[in-house]
Amino acid sequence: MAEEVVLLDFWPSPFGMRSRIALAEKGIKYEHKEEDLRNKSALLLQMNPVHKKIPVLIHNGKPVCESLIQVQYIDEVWHDKAPLLPSDPYQKATARFWADYVDKKIYEVGGRVWKTKGEKQATAKKELIETLKLLEKELGDKPYFGGESLGYVDVAFIPFYSWFYALEKCGNFSIEAECPKLIAWAKRCMQKESVAKSLPDQQKVYDFILEMKKHFGIE
Amino acid sequence: MAVVKLLGTWFSPYGHRVIWALKLKGILYEYIEEDVRNKSPSLLQYNPIHKQVPVLVHGGKPICESTVILQYIDEIWPQNPLLPADPYDRAVALFWIKFADDKGLLMSKLYRGNGEEQQAAVKEWLEMLEVMEEHALIGVKKFFGGDEINMVDIAFSFVAHWLGILEDVLGLEIFKPHKFPRVSSWIQNFKSSPIIKDNLPDADKMSTFLKRGREMMLTSKSN
Repeated sequence: MAEEVVLLDFWPSPFGMRSRIALAEKGIKYEHKEEDLRNKSALLLQMNPVHKKIPVLIHNGKPVCESLIQVQYIDEVWHDKAPLLPSDPYQKATARFWADYVDKKIYEVGGRVWKTKGEKQATAKKELIETLKLLEKELGDKPYFGGESLGYVDVAFIPFYSWFYALEKCGNFSIEAECPKLIAWAKRCMQKESVAKSLPDQQKVYDFILEMKKHFGIE
Repeated sequence: MAVVKLLGTWFSPYGHRVIWALKLKGILYEYIEEDVRNKSPSLLQYNPIHKQVPVLVHGGKPICESTVILQYIDEIWPQNPLLPADPYDRAVALFWIKFADDKGLLMSKLYRGNGEEQQAAVKEWLEMLEVMEEHALIGVKKFFGGDEINMVDIAFSFVAHWLGILEDVLGLEIFKPHKFPRVSSWIQNFKSSPIIKDNLPDADKMSTFLKRGREMMLTSKSN
């Protein structure tokens, strides 16, 4: 039976980007289905009844939900090419820890940067920079979080780079000024076809954020 | 064999997850009780990012975050596996573990809430229990792990033991067994499972401890 892979997705979603990158790294052909989140498809509601969220990876009709779980699943099933998780259990645990850290921090703190103003926004900006600096420290002198090649943490984190321009404009600050090594890492990742193909244009993301702000009545 | 140490607290469900996993696999370890109001230099050194327990230290190397720890334990000591071997089944198990991890935050919401906040927390608990009843436990006979408990059962342990304690502390009845028959059946099976039964924090001790903590918290809020 031919492998059938479908990804239910939404173009600005950093979580969807993770799975796009993993599939591209492994050279997997798949059907990309763009969801309208204000009008979710019957397929999405059927495949993710608990959360009703994207991304959903559907492999031969069976859904895998949650982006990091999808990345691990893709890595395990298509294990012969471009391994994303290290084979050593301790290094694997370290990778999982940092991917979990990205999950816990970046989306929520980044969200507060564009959703708030004044003091709340100042606090959010400070927290974001602290978070990014910690990640920059973990990266150290390695070309990627995964070492010599793109790994699990790189895939987990790089999608948020496509949101940096929008956050910088909304917060009136420069991430590169604070975290130059991290931006160097991001640009290095963007040179990879799998990443460049999977991340949307930063201006497009900014336009999307502006629309969201209008929609939610945030100035 | 490299020394195994576990830093934890006697009342935390997250530390207990690691205890059960180690005991299920027959791994000897040294347990170190941490005082979270007075964190040890070791804890701050081993977990500088979150400064939280549990932390597993294996051959001097720390692993943090209970779910990361459990997966590590399962990979290093493959006997009595805690996750399915099949990648798809494993992805489903990890989905439910993440769900349980996210919903674990409801314990704190309930404990710290008052008035409207508490009502909102109760509503979220009921929604979570419904998802367990109508989705997670469909097709589950005894345990999520089949005949033996696995990581999913361990992840949901806060529902089996800690919810009841919170209900007692707060004088609330959230879980009504007749409304959640599958959950109720699973709780009974889980709590009577040998390793679990002998390794649960004493409910009365926890109740007293949490009641006092809540009193202090509410007093300081109103001052």
